[in-house]
Amino acid sequence: MELTINGKKEIIDKGKLTVGILLKLKDIQMPEMVSVELNGEIIDRKDYDKIELQNSDIIEFLYFMGGGNYGN
Amino acid sequence: MNFTEEQIIRYSRNIILREVGGEGQRRLLESKVLVIGAGGLGSPILLYLAAAGVGTLGIIDSDVVDLSNLQRQIIHFTPDINIPKVDSAKSKIKQLNPDVNVITYKVRLSSKNIVEIIKDYDFIIDGTDNFPTKFLVNDACVMNNKPFSHAGILRFEGQTFTYTPGNMCYRCIFNEPPPKGVVPTCSEAGILGAVAGVIGTIQAVEALKYILQNGDLLTNKLLTFNALTTQFREIKLNRNENCPVCGKSPTIKELQDYEQPVCELKL
Repeated sequence: MELTINGKKEIIDKGKLTVGILLKLKDIQMPEMVSVELNGEIIDRKDYDKIELQNSDIIEFLYFMGGGNYGN
Repeated sequence: MNFTEEQIIRYSRNIILREVGGEGQRRLLESKVLVIGAGGLGSPILLYLAAAGVGTLGIIDSDVVDLSNLQRQIIHFTPDINIPKVDSAKSKIKQLNPDVNVITYKVRLSSKNIVEIIKDYDFIIDGTDNFPTKFLVNDACVMNNKPFSHAGILRFEGQTFTYTPGNMCYRCIFNEPPPKGVVPTCSEAGILGAVAGVIGTIQAVEALKYILQNGDLLTNKLLTFNALTTQFREIKLNRNENCPVCGKSPTIKELQDYEQPVCELKL
């Protein structure tokens, strides 16, 4: 199936593909470091293994970023 | 407010813009912006807002200037090492534009003092480097209906969005701070100084547009920047109805202080 991940189209043929499996495929070891937006909605972390991705889904991995500088 | 001869010359390139004009410049001179963190992001933010004639600039930072800051924190110079950042920043702002009233807070923000500080300001800018403060700024601004600009930077990347009441907030995207050690800080992972300049400058532009009430703000979207590929992306985001602070049934009703993970690697 064809997915759009962070703006890039990708073909992934893995049969049943949950958000949790996709995170592993993308080598995101710790799901705590990203938020996942699926077709415009942020999805709950506890649903990662329940939600099955469909053809033409649009996925954004949103990464935590600190930065700047303040009292380090 | 009548402009002095000097102000007309100083702000002539602002005033000549149809979207600013004399009325917009008056708004800027009467506005109050609070910048949290006088570091990599805070430096360009403070310099551009001071130059533009934002009348009152509040600066919060509890730290002193360190040699390792100078690679990106361009409001501080080599002779400023060991001087409180708020004092170093204030002195540059005063040299740049004596019109600006600078209020300094050499404190650490906490759930105890944040509401009292932000209440006097029209717009808040988060230029901090740590998640406990980012979540605190978000929650305090959402609960007190204060608009703010959020940003984060790491290595060659940055991201920013603007909150105004009724729109998506930081917790709509990120429910709670990441666990300790999952996300590296700048001192652990590095940051290209100019990336802080790009993102901080966008935050300054957002504050100016908000005050001028002109243009479209970065609300309900996250702007990401990758310096290595020179790509900007705008990710549309909706307000999250399950958001713990601005959602339908908020679970966070009081401000809380998260523990600041200790940085093990000091570079």
